[in-house]
Amino acid sequence: MAIRRGRGVAAINYPTGMNLGGDPTQALVHSTPTGNFMVTLSSVDLGQGMKQIMAQICAETIGVPTDRVVVDTADTDTGPHCMGTFASRGTHRAGNAVIQAAREARQVMLEVAAEELEVNASDLETDGQGNILVKGAPQKSISIFDVALSAHFKRGRSISGRGMFLIPRSYPEKETGAMKPSTCYAHACTVAEVEVDDETGEVTVLTVKNVFEIGRALNPKMVEQQLVGGSWMGISHALYETTEPYYPNRDHGGTDFNQYLMPGPGDLAQTEIIVLERPSADGPYGAKGPGEMCANPQIPAVANAVFDAVGVRIDTLPITPERILRALKAQASN
Amino acid sequence: MAKVPVQFTLNGAEKAEFIDSGTTLLHALRDKIGDTSPKGGCHQGTCGACSVIIDGELRLSCLTLAEACNGATITTTSGLSEGGVLHPLQRAFLDAFATQCGFCTPGMIMAAKVLLDHTPNPSREDVVEALSGNICRCTGYEPIIQAVLTAARSNSQNAA
Repeated sequence: MAIRRGRGVAAINYPTGMNLGGDPTQALVHSTPTGNFMVTLSSVDLGQGMKQIMAQICAETIGVPTDRVVVDTADTDTGPHCMGTFASRGTHRAGNAVIQAAREARQVMLEVAAEELEVNASDLETDGQGNILVKGAPQKSISIFDVALSAHFKRGRSISGRGMFLIPRSYPEKETGAMKPSTCYAHACTVAEVEVDDETGEVTVLTVKNVFEIGRALNPKMVEQQLVGGSWMGISHALYETTEPYYPNRDHGGTDFNQYLMPGPGDLAQTEIIVLERPSADGPYGAKGPGEMCANPQIPAVANAVFDAVGVRIDTLPITPERILRALKAQASN
Repeated sequence: MAKVPVQFTLNGAEKAEFIDSGTTLLHALRDKIGDTSPKGGCHQGTCGACSVIIDGELRLSCLTLAEACNGATITTTSGLSEGGVLHPLQRAFLDAFATQCGFCTPGMIMAAKVLLDHTPNPSREDVVEALSGNICRCTGYEPIIQAVLTAARSNSQNAA
């Protein structure tokens, strides 16, 4: 009986969003009289930072600082339609919709500025600081504040835009079954090192080294946060979490969260995160969906590491001490 | 059933309420007094989201009867900032991206505050131990541990 060490590797390919019956998200953008911009969505921020990312995308597209944008979300009674924040689709689908809406609003904003400055709208550019300038003659400029006031009180224009992003439904080809479930894929690879006690079946994850390819990281600190938390959650899925430990038998299933096993701050593996940015062709500013896939590759990597350590394949999650001991017993009797 | 009077100091202010006997401190704080910074997660003392500081000690407000707090001095996360300036722990949590959905955050900050009040220069092991009664679904804990260590360092720099 001994503590045995093993190492496992896994790589994944993860679609951004799902092949639903068509996968749409819509967005509306409008300016207030003082030249702040409002993004209206029914997508939900669950804490993953959707509001921040949508504010960045809108600000970048219109050409204003991020703090000039307010994002209102999550009321499906009143907001433009969104399928929801799941399947890592929020940034990609809602972000594209916000870009389209913001472009339309920007165009109106430039048209009003053009009337005020008596130039052609196509000769105008934004400085990203809240001003609109004549290209090549930046001394001729107007603040977006004044443009918004003019639009509201003088010119009778609504500085606003509508955005729509739709991934059409993909049907499988009748002959081959081939289909296109998604337009954009994130990737990840994980190497996990574990120790398995072959007497008790207990697994300790020593290290996890993750490389994530996530398109462009629109907010690198928030991406890192998501990936670090996700890596931990992947280990939690691999070793601990279940509602039905003997599925389909319901016996011994937890009845509330108190009986739902989850590691605490004392159970952390040494974690390394490397981010590769390969901008996607159809994502907003090159983004993909890193949300869910960050918790996926750890699971097969840990299963492979357990196999490397003690020579048994556990193909049912979570990889509990009981399952390891039963497999070791079966292996010994063969 | 007759109501029971209860009086305590909450974040420096005197509070007096009539409550039903058996009301938890969590319920009294959130639904009677209106301080929603302690969160009700499990209501059984296992998740730590409801943590508050009573007379300098970390307590689970979901397992504490409000009427047992007569005369006590209670601190919650909503009482930490002063004049709009965040407490060093709150600042550190923000800077370290140590919060995502935010539900565990007030409990984490309470646990960390009691640690730093007693142990101004904690080791990583001290921090892990102090947070071990609090669970978090989002962050993987590492950013939270780093935030507490950062707050401890900034405290000792200010004191020096």
